[in-house]
Amino acid sequence: MSIVELHNVEKHYQGVHALKKLDLSLNQGEVLGLFGHNGAGKTTTIKLILGLIKPSAGKVRVFDEDPSGDNAYHLRRQLGFLQENVSFYQHLTGLEVVHFFAKLKGCDKKQCTALLDQVGLSHAAHRRVKTYSKGMRQRLGLAQALLGEPKLLLLDEPTVGLDPIATQDFYHSITQLKQQGSTVILCSHMLAGIEKYIDRALILGQGQLLAEGSLSRLRQQTDLPVIFHLQGSNITLPEQLRDKVFSQQDGIHLQVPQHEKMASLQQLSSLAAIDNIDLHMPSLDDIYMHYMARIQHKEIQ
Amino acid sequence: MQAIFTVANKEFHDGLRNRWIIAISLIFALLATGLAYFGAAASGQAGFTTLSSTLVSLASLAVFIIPLIALMLAYDGVVGEDESGTLLLLMTYPLSRWQLILGKMLGHWAIIAFSTISGFGLSAIIIGLFSDNTSWSELIGPYVFFIFCATILGWIFIAIAYVISACVIEKSKAAGIALIVWFIFVLMFDLSLLGLLVSTEGNVNAQLFPYLLLLNPTDIFRLLIIGFFADQQLSGFMSIAQHAHFSAPLLFASLAIWFITPVLLAIRLFNKRKL
Repeated sequence: MSIVELHNVEKHYQGVHALKKLDLSLNQGEVLGLFGHNGAGKTTTIKLILGLIKPSAGKVRVFDEDPSGDNAYHLRRQLGFLQENVSFYQHLTGLEVVHFFAKLKGCDKKQCTALLDQVGLSHAAHRRVKTYSKGMRQRLGLAQALLGEPKLLLLDEPTVGLDPIATQDFYHSITQLKQQGSTVILCSHMLAGIEKYIDRALILGQGQLLAEGSLSRLRQQTDLPVIFHLQGSNITLPEQLRDKVFSQQDGIHLQVPQHEKMASLQQLSSLAAIDNIDLHMPSLDDIYMHYMARIQHKEIQ
Repeated sequence: MQAIFTVANKEFHDGLRNRWIIAISLIFALLATGLAYFGAAASGQAGFTTLSSTLVSLASLAVFIIPLIALMLAYDGVVGEDESGTLLLLMTYPLSRWQLILGKMLGHWAIIAFSTISGFGLSAIIIGLFSDNTSWSELIGPYVFFIFCATILGWIFIAIAYVISACVIEKSKAAGIALIVWFIFVLMFDLSLLGLLVSTEGNVNAQLFPYLLLLNPTDIFRLLIIGFFADQQLSGFMSIAQHAHFSAPLLFASLAIWFITPVLLAIRLFNKRKL
């Protein structure tokens, strides 16, 4: 059974075509990355899955039910959501905030302390949210989203304001949740570092699906070049590789199509003058930029 | 049901935490005690005056203060949560929209009820202890009646505040509209009725005209309090009602309509609100 199923979904807001014919199917235990520029339709997609809005056309199913229908009430106990820029109740302490949400969700109060501990807020549990830094608020939001061991987690910009270590801790807990069988949708602008943790990426642009698939599949689809960075003195490149050089600054930089990667690597490794080879595969960032450039190009045309 | 009480409980505790409850109670206690003691100052006396004159003057003051407090307490009930982002989050919880807004209103109603009971109750105790001309038995009935009516008046304006809060998207706008609403009910309405009387030189339908008072909950409240003390003359603007002889059940029924209508309207508007 698919956890989330979107079929031909369209959404119009007063004059704005926010989503155009979106299809999506998400299986249990999958981690999906949802990417796109501002206004690309990410938040609309999330709101549709949460049942906060209804599609103008098409079908949305979550746990094989209509998330905005009569059973939504029951459905929401299995959902966890963290939105962007939530400031919570400033006058309450962190623990009180989590208690309040736990009560609404019908969860055991005992969970709260453990969750605050998990997100690294146990030292500030009895301090008012007003005194929290942005990162701490984000972690509080995360603790809130994890209440009641949700089967589906929707996280909108979860790592904004987190320092690198906290970000890593966060992704670590995502991996843990995945292992426990949770399904996760991650929405983010910050692509660096996220690719290791997602099974699939979905790139939206102007309400349209631009690309969807695992990182390796997207790499193939875009056919972006692999970049070799060679260091050494007096390197003489073989004939076939010479026209691939695009920069000679601080060593030699080569752009090689993905399917020629292994052949080029073998050629290069036999050259004695090379001290070091750095290899840069197209990252999620590169893939994303590729698609964004494509829609900009289309716009200009 | 559980969800409604969870929300209401939080709202009430917020009121305790940010000292709204204590502030409102103190204002009520000071006003009531002060009026009881200095109410006769105009006629050159100090000391506790008669209970009926105290409560009738208190009613005239309460119609200014209670709506203002209720509106200021609840104007950001919906729009405030929206601005801080918690509204969207709450709606992803197992909680319907009507449960959320009703829970919040319930919390604010509890704050008003608690503050009127403790504030006016405290002043009743002070008067009972220190006044020579009012006995406990005389005191309790009128005070219970007054507190009951004042609470309902507060509840009505809480509900009106939620109507405002549910249909605007900015907190500052809600505050502005709340002030305008207060101004209309507390000042403008009576003035325009007076204006109507003056401009027509009293040539209005004497049977029908008093019923216009029922269009304003603050006037209904005043009529109820004055009506309770038979020895008090309808003075000033309230004398309009002389011809009508409103019965207490009619006045209470009008208050009930004034209460239920904004509650239903607020729920309806909130259901339609875009997230």
